[in-house]
Amino acid sequence: MSPLQKFWSKAREGLFRQTPPLFVVLGLCPSLAVTTAAINGLVMGLATTGVLLCTALVTLAIRKMVPSEVRIPVYTVVIASFVTIADLVLAGLVPPVHKVLGVFIPLIIVNCIILARVEGSFTKDQPIEVIGDALGWGLGFTWALLVIGTFRELLASGSVFGKVMMPEGFVPWSIMQTPPGAFVTMGFIVAVIQALRSYSAQRKKASVTGKASKQAEAEAA
Amino acid sequence: MVFKELVLLFIGASLVNNFLLARFLGTCPFLGVSSQVKGAASMGVAVTGVMLGVTLVSWPVYHLILAPLNLGFLQYIVFILVIASFVQMLEQIIKVLLPALYKAFGIYLALITTNCSILGLAIIMIQKDYNLVSSLVFALGAGAGFTLAMVIMAGIREAMDKDAIPVPFRGNSIILITAGIMAMAFAAFSGMVPM
Repeated sequence: MSPLQKFWSKAREGLFRQTPPLFVVLGLCPSLAVTTAAINGLVMGLATTGVLLCTALVTLAIRKMVPSEVRIPVYTVVIASFVTIADLVLAGLVPPVHKVLGVFIPLIIVNCIILARVEGSFTKDQPIEVIGDALGWGLGFTWALLVIGTFRELLASGSVFGKVMMPEGFVPWSIMQTPPGAFVTMGFIVAVIQALRSYSAQRKKASVTGKASKQAEAEAA
Repeated sequence: MVFKELVLLFIGASLVNNFLLARFLGTCPFLGVSSQVKGAASMGVAVTGVMLGVTLVSWPVYHLILAPLNLGFLQYIVFILVIASFVQMLEQIIKVLLPALYKAFGIYLALITTNCSILGLAIIMIQKDYNLVSSLVFALGAGAGFTLAMVIMAGIREAMDKDAIPVPFRGNSIILITAGIMAMAFAAFSGMVPM
């Protein structure tokens, strides 16, 4: 496999196949809390991506020196350091969004996605794969948060990224901005994904059995 | 007067700004460990205990060490270490002194380090600049609210197991929607404490 193929085979896993929190239930707290508007979801996703990538690079540099008994505390401190940096950077660059995200920026430390990637990939894969893995999972999380955020902002205020999108006379669903709206939206998104999955599984099954019966017919003929 | 404020703080932390349903802190155990009332109650009690303990340790660490030395920006790194070591220590102590309790709470304790409600509590308590007594009341309220929401959810889920739920909604989907309806009910408490 060429380096690019290795990179892509890792990146697509997080980008499309196991995108959290849509396809794998990881990192649910930030997904519910910060997706009141598209911009908040985007910033949260990018912050998580940045922390993932920096953690990946440092992990690559130190992983041979870290005894496996103390790896969890060591990597937790690495993550916490980059989260502190991300917190300060966001406070300087986008103060209004930083204020909305509030306590959820420091809580990236305990976001299970990051420690799961450290354990699942960063400590054992080749460097090119590790970077692909970090970017894939981070950007996957970003697009998922962006989708949920766009959906909620559209229904809650009729706009996306602050631009009015809904026709005049649209009555905003103000509940979408509140905690109940977050839980119910996420519940329906999970249900739609499950329905689509079982539908495609059934179609696959049908096409497989269909092919098999055709083959049997052809053999019989 | 002071007592009244503390009562309001408790109600605010447990009902009005419920950690699970209004602040979205600790959603993972809320979905993962809420299938039975007994387990949910154990998790709630364990979380409350850790919240009180972590408050007792991290408040002095911040106000007596970090703040005087102007190292406030280190708080996230310090708090996560305080939480991780506190939970580990508690696990060892309970294992030796109270084996029966360890059997009941053991697995929940290990999960608590990555429970974002603990780190969230420590950070909120510093942000709001509570004194030690207020912080402890806040932690107690947060833990009580967490336990309450966990137990209610587990009760609903036990009853829901017997229902015929449409296939796509089974599992996490129906739990999230139920949580949404519970959050609406808890939103009705919002008039109780002047914000």
